[in-house]
Amino acid sequence: MAVDNNSLSTLVVKRLALGLLLLLAISVLIFAGTELLPGDVAQSILGQSATPEAVANLRAEMGLDRPALTRYFSWLFGIVQGDLGTSLSSGRDIRTMIGDRLGNTLFLASSAAIISVPLAIFLGMVAVHYRDGIVDKMISITTIATISLPEFFIGYLLILFLAVNWNLLPSSSIVYSDMSFLERLTAIAIPCITLTFVVLAHMMRMTRAAILNVMNSAYIETAELKGLSPFKIIFHHALPNAISPIITVVVLNLAYLVVGVIVVEIIFVYPGMGQLLVDHVTNRDVPVVQAVGLIFAAIYILLNMFADIMSIIANPRLRHPK
Amino acid sequence: MHNKIEQLTQEAKKGRLSRRDFMRHAAAIGLAAPLATSLLGQSAFAAEAPKKGGHLIAALTGGSSTDSLDPALSASNVPFNILRTWGETLVDISPEGEAIPWLAESWESSNGATTWTFTIRKGITFHNGKTMDNNDVAKTLQRHSGEDTKSGALGIMRDIKSITTQGSDKVVVELTGGNADLPYLMSDYHLVIQPNGGFDAPAAGVGTGPYQVKVNEPGIRHVGEKYAGYWRDSVGHADTVEIRVMNDQTARMAALQSGSVHFVNRVAPKTAKLLGRLPNVDIVNAKGRGHYPFLMHADTAPFDNNELRLALKYAIDREDLVKRILKGYGTVGNDNPINAAYDLFNEDIEQRAYDPDKAAFHYKKSGHSGPIVLRSSEAAFSGAVDAALLFSQHAAKAGIEVKVQKEPADGYWSNVWNKQPFCASYWGGRNTQDQMFSVAYKSTADWNDTKWQRPEFDSLLAKARTETNRDNRKEIYTDMSMMVRDEGGAIIPMFNDFVDAKSDKVGGYISDPSAELSNGFALIRCWLS
Repeated sequence: MAVDNNSLSTLVVKRLALGLLLLLAISVLIFAGTELLPGDVAQSILGQSATPEAVANLRAEMGLDRPALTRYFSWLFGIVQGDLGTSLSSGRDIRTMIGDRLGNTLFLASSAAIISVPLAIFLGMVAVHYRDGIVDKMISITTIATISLPEFFIGYLLILFLAVNWNLLPSSSIVYSDMSFLERLTAIAIPCITLTFVVLAHMMRMTRAAILNVMNSAYIETAELKGLSPFKIIFHHALPNAISPIITVVVLNLAYLVVGVIVVEIIFVYPGMGQLLVDHVTNRDVPVVQAVGLIFAAIYILLNMFADIMSIIANPRLRHPK
Repeated sequence: MHNKIEQLTQEAKKGRLSRRDFMRHAAAIGLAAPLATSLLGQSAFAAEAPKKGGHLIAALTGGSSTDSLDPALSASNVPFNILRTWGETLVDISPEGEAIPWLAESWESSNGATTWTFTIRKGITFHNGKTMDNNDVAKTLQRHSGEDTKSGALGIMRDIKSITTQGSDKVVVELTGGNADLPYLMSDYHLVIQPNGGFDAPAAGVGTGPYQVKVNEPGIRHVGEKYAGYWRDSVGHADTVEIRVMNDQTARMAALQSGSVHFVNRVAPKTAKLLGRLPNVDIVNAKGRGHYPFLMHADTAPFDNNELRLALKYAIDREDLVKRILKGYGTVGNDNPINAAYDLFNEDIEQRAYDPDKAAFHYKKSGHSGPIVLRSSEAAFSGAVDAALLFSQHAAKAGIEVKVQKEPADGYWSNVWNKQPFCASYWGGRNTQDQMFSVAYKSTADWNDTKWQRPEFDSLLAKARTETNRDNRKEIYTDMSMMVRDEGGAIIPMFNDFVDAKSDKVGGYISDPSAELSNGFALIRCWLS
């Protein structure tokens, strides 16, 4: 076993290289996409009250008069060196701007993940245990109901009851640097619950389906005949063998929690990446939009890669494709 | 009559009536002035002495993470309201619409209003400790009027020939032509006086206002802390003021309802009545100068025909739009941008009404046939698409086919407005008739968004500018309004109120027609009671 082409490290390296290539392709797409946006930043900064002179002055100052190809390569070159550029509209450094926002988004996403992932898997296992019974049906109905309602609707309902009527939690989730950890958790409570509702069903259903799939196997029967308790069987024997589709779905939902929370961030006024992106698209502040797009893409690729690798580790058969 | 008095005092208490309006209404129902004054004293204005301290919070729409503190770049609601807390201009506009001294102590004009001398108030310091002097003032005005400026105030600064200092406390502004309204122009909110005119650090947020910028997180929140060296006692009652950016309507309303903020701006007319019924919330609306026009390009067929323009003007049911789109929070327009909120407004100009017969008559005379495309978008104003559809139905009764084309909100101002020959739009209004006409109706104006050109109109505009007799000016402005009303390219069916809301814990709110939230002064004029 001198050279093993399928060893885990080679696999990871291969995946990483592929991921980078994919990211490069995405950078082209992002750049082309932002080029297609109508209007330009000078116009949108000055708004309806822009005089032609003011627009021209601003355009020249921002270097918007250079050809697109030149701008693409200088942008790419900057990124490779870790320089995301400066915002056209506010002149602030994009990296520091995104730093805080990314931290906020990850904080909200991970809080929601910490609640929703164990909860979903637990509910999935409970559903398997009571399959086709009333408990199973109730779990399915509730989670499918929450995923079917648009997230802004759930958000508004929660605001109405938890914030306005009962005054238990703050209605908006503005967070800032000099807040204590506890204050932060209180601030994000409602969006966190909203997100949990949104992602719960998908993961729960997949856990349920994947475990049910292996429940008919011979080794489960053996375990049953050995006299193991039903939960032990599900947790120790069924779950490990059903883990790889579950991981895929969990990671997919994690990616959603990071890159798909724009609506939730807007209705809860949460200063994360989603709100940053919306603000800058409206203002045609292209460098920021590009940077955010690229970071979202990178996170997505990274998480998917992580899912693949985890599945392979969990299932040795995948390491030796025929 | 008793009910009427009760209603008036309630209105005044809620800040919907200015002192002057209160007195006028009181006189109208036959209340003697001394009695009215005492009522006023008991109930509304003088009753509460300002309370010092506390933390006032406003949740506002119109903010973005791209906002800058540079006054020159300020263009939306949040930057405007922040500017009002930390910066001050030479001249202020009172709630009654008069130009009153602010950082300038006094001013005078000579040479037919072409030379203006402002005397700068002494003993005022910037937040950085530097004394504010006439050099800072001159530099500020120069920064906003220079050739390469990006300032939103450039339009009104263009007629300035030179800005110089004189002695230790005077600034002399030379104009290329006379302008009796120059002090009004100096009240433009962009023209906040900054140390050395803001040339060194335009976005530092250092000014002479009651609050100094403590937290500046664009698109999230802004916090101001009371400046210990502030020069007057009449404003700046809270210890700290905060603006939270909440562009989502529901988020703003929920924040106010749950008591976590004290002010919100832009309450949708649809929900205002419901919100106002809550015990802890007051709706504060002010009759402003903002209006929602449908703009026709008078130089593009078929709108180059005045008969067609008139036909469309008669084919719109203004009352219906005010009722359905503004839910009563507004007044009907008369196809010219001037309403009662302007000084020198003439109340005798006949109000144009919906008249399908007249519309059909003019339509026939114009010789036009076929559909007329009207572009609209929510970007123009809230309810703009519905308003266009209603207009289309009104016009159908006169046999005119108006076809509504919905445009995306994103990019509306750069792709549709001022480019397409017939579209819905929004104008915020200006402080004076001269400004409003100069900015959008003069033939050569940058934003002549109706492409209407009328040399007589332009010469009247110039004439009014140097005319110092008020009666004569009023007459000229009346003629100009009539021209725009009968020949111009704008259909102006309605003027919208500024509809904001405040918590009942807030005292000292003053209704102000110049801009939303008491002309942006809500945070500095009000206190927590």
